[in-house]
Formats: sequence, structure tokens, C-alpha cells
Amino acid sequence: MPHVPAPHVLVVYTDDEPGVLTRVASLIRRRGFNIHSLTVGPTERTGLSRMTIVVDSDAPTVRQAVAHLRKLVNVLEVQQLGEGPMVVRDLVLVRVTAGPKVRSEVLQLAQVFRATVVDIAEDSLVIECTGSLDKIDALVDAMRPFGILELGRTGAVAMARGTRIPSATRAPLPLRTGSGPEAMSV
Amino acid sequence: MSQTGAQLIWESLLREGVDTVFGYPGGAILPTYDAMVGYPIRHVLVRHEQSAVHMADGYARASGRVGVVVATSGPGATNLVTGLATAMLDSTPLVAITGQVGSALLGTDAFQEVDITGITIPVTKHNYLVTRAEDIVPALREAFAVARSGRPGPVLVDITKDAQQGRARLDWEAALPHRHLRHLPPPLDPAALAQALDLIRHARRPIILAGHGVQLAGARAEVLALAERSDIPFALTLLGLGAVPATHPLSLGMMGMHGESWVNRAIQEADLLLAFGMRFDDRVTGKLKEYAPHAKKLHIDIDASELNKNVPVDVAIAGDLLEVLRALLPGVPVADRSGWLDTIREWRGDSAVRDIKNLPDDGHLYAAHVMHDLWCLTKGEAVVVTDVGQHQMWEAQYYKHDGERSLITSGGAGTMGFALPAAIGAKIARPEAEVWVVAGDGGFQMTFAELMTAVQEGVKVNIAVINNGYLGMVRQWQALFYEGRYAATPILSPDFVKLAEAFGIPGQRVETRVEVAAAVARAREAKGAALIEFKVEQEDSVYPMVPAGAALHEMIRRPSALAETGSDPV
Ligand SMILES: Cc1ncc(C[n+]2csc(CCOP(=O)(O)OP(=O)(O)O)c2C)c(N)n1
Ligand SMILES: [Mg+2]
Repeated sequence: MPHVPAPHVLVVYTDDEPGVLTRVASLIRRRGFNIHSLTVGPTERTGLSRMTIVVDSDAPTVRQAVAHLRKLVNVLEVQQLGEGPMVVRDLVLVRVTAGPKVRSEVLQLAQVFRATVVDIAEDSLVIECTGSLDKIDALVDAMRPFGILELGRTGAVAMARGTRIPSATRAPLPLRTGSGPEAMSV
Repeated sequence: MSQTGAQLIWESLLREGVDTVFGYPGGAILPTYDAMVGYPIRHVLVRHEQSAVHMADGYARASGRVGVVVATSGPGATNLVTGLATAMLDSTPLVAITGQVGSALLGTDAFQEVDITGITIPVTKHNYLVTRAEDIVPALREAFAVARSGRPGPVLVDITKDAQQGRARLDWEAALPHRHLRHLPPPLDPAALAQALDLIRHARRPIILAGHGVQLAGARAEVLALAERSDIPFALTLLGLGAVPATHPLSLGMMGMHGESWVNRAIQEADLLLAFGMRFDDRVTGKLKEYAPHAKKLHIDIDASELNKNVPVDVAIAGDLLEVLRALLPGVPVADRSGWLDTIREWRGDSAVRDIKNLPDDGHLYAAHVMHDLWCLTKGEAVVVTDVGQHQMWEAQYYKHDGERSLITSGGAGTMGFALPAAIGAKIARPEAEVWVVAGDGGFQMTFAELMTAVQEGVKVNIAVINNGYLGMVRQWQALFYEGRYAATPILSPDFVKLAEAFGIPGQRVETRVEVAAAVARAREAKGAALIEFKVEQEDSVYPMVPAGAALHEMIRRPSALAETGSDPV
């Protein structure tokens, strides 16, 4: 499992508009920034999206990435977490081989990680777990000997600890968000 | 009262102060063309959409206003791409409006449907897909604001046919853009300013590196004031030429790959670089590891992503150059640096003896002579628009640009075919200016169809085709780095005099230096566009030269035998 240096977690607030993810992805690809994960979702405000990007690069490269992201018209704010304390969470769904002989062992291990079983089939289990990137890595390593049949991770969602409120949650947004077939977005 | 989307496009352009658009019609943009009639905006019909962008680019660079392009969907839109990339790399404010298939057909590979917003993401500052008439005005208004603000650049607005045909009310005030304000540089940091002044105070061998940003920021007077107050010489990037006067006593000339040796030497020996509105492109730095090894570096640019990108600097200030310099000026120490300036003058004297300009006429016609003569004959007052190649570098070396916006050239992209269309745009923007095209035989053949545009629009540009029978700059690299194997660089040309005549403009051919002045005079006197073909030395090379990847001081100097043989020493 690739180890992610914790400081390089970016939170990017963007307009919720068709094409924004393409612009961000295009920038990352073109400038050659290595990313470990990128997640995107809505926020409490209509028209405002929030991305968490985990960047797998050295500090100068990350500074460049931030400077470039700040040039996109659709980007309201870029926070570089890791300058202070933060919470980083990843969610995994993992389908593990678990025939009758080892099933209880798998269940026990899952419990250690406070993971929950969300599906049971004859020879396998699907386990869900939320936690820090390290914890998820450890869970996956623990399950590997049993045989992993399928695995999906969301990628990290991160937030700074404390009371700092991002200005993007108050900044003006376009009157309308995008036009045309929303289904064609991103 | 509601209007059609097509009308709203023209209403928006009017309100943005647009007087000219460069375009080419087609099915998906037809409603917009149909609505154009009656609006007091000049439409220049080009011969290829790429040229429309170059024209708008030339128009914008000559005037500082936003250039506007109109094209149809599909191939019309894809033809814009090279022009947009050219404008993007050189920070030209443009708005390109393209027609798009009806919104119901989007994503179906309909006739002439191309995902132009997808294609142009990397070559525009921003772009829009507009599918409703009511979104046209907000999109266009924001597009102009984005194109102009911060570091300028091109913006594309793709408008579906049904949006052009639909109706909406014009509400200009409600469309006031604000998103371009998200990225304005932060307020000036007094600590950074103090650090910058400290660097200047302690420098003994400082040098100013002035780039295109000086022109874009309108900071000519401030750069000069700083240079004069503290007796600091300045070197220019290719796009910085003209930003400050070439004939100023503190002006060193162009830096970089084809900069004069004393300029690059001064940079390598300097103890402080003051980089103003430039971006340390590889063409100006050479090998980064050995670039200006003794110098502290102060970098001021409006684009924060350019700071510490190529060259790590000691003090980086993201901001409007004009504003930053105004804040710095009162604290800049008055100094006398005659020792440092004398040293540079000595280096310069050593090079001057090799300069082809100072060699007697030997019967050969050199492009360098043509450029030098053109400079003298036009008193250095012309707007020169160059293409890309050897002639471009000779122009930069021998035409001394004093005036702002007096050199228009494709620097970042190096786009051949740029000169003629960009010159047409420049002349339209500044009808009172004398505009010269300087193009190679190769590049001129890429877009010479625009001669007809010049004729149809009655645009007087004077054209110097520097015919060396080669894609000369590439041939030069082959001579120097590929053992003289001239693969695909010899190029035939049509009879340019006859070609000019076919377009209905006067053409002349010049083969010796003594004919230059009379030909230039005749071209200037011609009422409309006029062309001169200069048949120059075929295997001449541009010197000095820093080979790609070499350090700035590892220059190939002008061979002193050059003038005798007229060919490369290979
Ligand atoms: C569109 C484009 N294609 C290719 C090149 C590569 N290139 C750079 S200079 C040059 C030669 C230009 O030849 P010409 O126009 O005759 O000018 P010269 O160098 O001979 O003065 C070429 C092919 C380019 N810059 N732009
Ligand atoms: Mg040539």
C-alpha cells in the first residue's frame, strides 16, 4: 500500500458546475502532479462543491499545485491541510473469502478494526470500515491472507480540526449554476 | 422586450467596447451572423480560423484591448486551437465565440459537433458551454472580465444554436461578473517589500530582467524610474522588447538563447536579478542548475504560479507590477554603479567587432542587414510583427524597439504563420501606425492566404519575406547539432512577386543591400499592402547562440569568419 505523507492534503472549494472536475483533473494531469486520491461531493450550500485531494509529491510541487488550482475560475478556495491538526477519513468496502472454517476469525479481526459486516454470502463477507488512511491500510493488510476478492475505497475526505471556517462557505456564488444538460457534467 | 440570443451576443460585444471581430461563418453560428447586420461592429472575414485568432491576438497586443473571434462549430472551432494556445502562452486577452450544435444534439456526434470546451481547457484561461439564451450575457460579460483580469489570456464561449435562436431579456446589470475577482493577488506584504529593498540595497552588480508583464502592467515609467534611480542596467526577454526603450543608456538588449553575449554574461555575473513580469522560460535561462549562480533573486509577477516555478528565488512577490513598483520606488536607494556598467561595456565592446552589422557590404545580402536597414529607414517607429525562425531572432537583435507594443511576436508558442494575420489585426487596431510583417519563406507560406483578407479589408501592411530557401532555424540546428543533415528543411517558394500581383498588391524582389532602401520606400508609399521578397544568404545562422540545455555563458559566439564565407562554419 502506498504510504501517503500526511501533510499534503488539499481541500478545494469549487462551483458546483458541469466540467469543474474535468478542469481540475486536466490541470493535475498536465502539470504532472501525482495524486493519491481525489474525492468530490456537495456541501451544505447549494452551488458549492468540496474536493479533497491527497497529493503524493514534495512540498515545492504541492505549492505549485495549489498556485495553479487557485487560478481556476471555478475554484473559490484552496486550503492546504497539514499546517494544523486535521481529520482524514477513508471508507473501504472489501469482499473477503470467508468459508465456514475461517469465518469467525475474519469477523473477529473486523471487530478489532470496528468494521461492520454489510453482506454475507456463502463463501465470502463484505466488510465496511471507515478510518484514517493508515487504519484502512492496516485492515486491508489484515484481510489479505484470507483472500481479497474485491476492494473499493472512496479516497480521503479531510477537514481541519478547530474553528477555522473556510471563507468559501460565505463567498458569493454564481446566480445560477451552469446551464444545459446537467447530466453531461464532469 | 426580449431579444434573440444572437442579438444578445452583439449587444454584449457593444457594451464591452468591441469595434472589430475576426471571424468565419458556418451553420452553427449562422443565427449570430444573421443578427450582426445593423450593429456598428466591423467584421473581418478571414481565410482560415487560425488566422482569425492571430488577428485578434495582434489586435489585442497592439492596442491592449480584448480581441474577439467568431467561428462556427466543428472544424471551425478546432481551427482555433493553435491560435488560442499561442495567445495563452503569451498572455493575450481574447474572447472566442463559437457556434455549437443544438443542445438536444450535444453528445450525439451530430454533424459538425466537436467538444470544443473539452478540447480547449488547457489552452484557455476558462471556457463556457452556453445552452440557453438567458445565459449568454452573463457568460460573455464574465468572459471579458476573465480575459482582461490578472494575467490576461484567451477565453472561449461555445454557444449552442438553440441558445442563439432562443429569446431572453437583456439585463446587463444583473450580469455583473464577480468570479474573476476570486483570484486577484493578495494585498502587498510590507515584509516582502522590505526584503526586496534590502536586496537592492546590498547589491553591487544588480540587473533588471524585464518581460512582457512590464508591458501588460503598463509599468514602463516605473521600471525606468527604478533603473535610473539606482543605476541598474536592464535586459529584456523577447516579449519584453519595447516594454522599455532599447536605446536607453541602461538597456542591455535581449537575454537568453540568442541574446548578445554581454547580456548573458552580465546575468551570469550578477549578484542580484530583479525579475519583473517575466517567467524564467527555458529560452532565457539555459541550464537551470548553472543559471545566475552568484545572484540573489527578486521575482515580481501577477501570476503566483510562476513564482518559484523554474528558478527558486529569495523574494517572491505576487502582484500587479505597477502597484508593487510604486510601493517599492520611494525606498529604492540612489546609487552610482559605473564600475559594474563599465565592466559590461567592456564585454560589449569585445562582441561588437564580430557583429555582422559592423562589417562592410561584401555583396551578400544578410537578413541582419535587412533588419538593421529597416530599423534605420523606419526610424525605429514601426510596429513590427514577426513570424518564427531565424528572421524573428535577427529582427529582435537588429530592430531596436523603443516604443511600447512595437514588437508583436509569438514567443511562448513560437507559432509559424502568426505574422501576417497578427499584423493585419495590429493595423486594424492602430490604423495610424506603420506596420511591418517580417516573415520567413516557410512561415509566410503557412498563412499567406490572408493577403486576400488584407486586400478585401483595405489593410495596409508592409511585408518583408526573408527568403533563405530553408526552414532556416531548423536548418541551423541541423548544421550545429545533426552534422549538417538537412532533412526536410530545404523549401521551395512560389515567385513571391507574382504571388503578390495575383493578390493585387505590388511585389518587389531585393537581392543586394544597395536595393534595400529604395524597395522599402516604394513599399511604404504603396497605398495598400505591399510585399518585398528579400533573397538573403541561404546558410546564414543566428549568433550568438546558447545551445538548448547549455548554461547561459556557454554561448556559441559569432564566428569572425562569417562575413567572408556567408555560411556556417560546419
Ligand atoms: C507551426 C510550426 N511548425 C513548426 C515549427 C518549427 N520551426 C521553428 S522555426 C522553423 C523554420 C522557419 O522557417 P522560415 O519560416 O523559413 O524562417 P527562417 O528560420 O528561415 O527565417 C520551424 C519549422 C514552428 N515553430 N511552428
Ligand atoms: Mg526560411
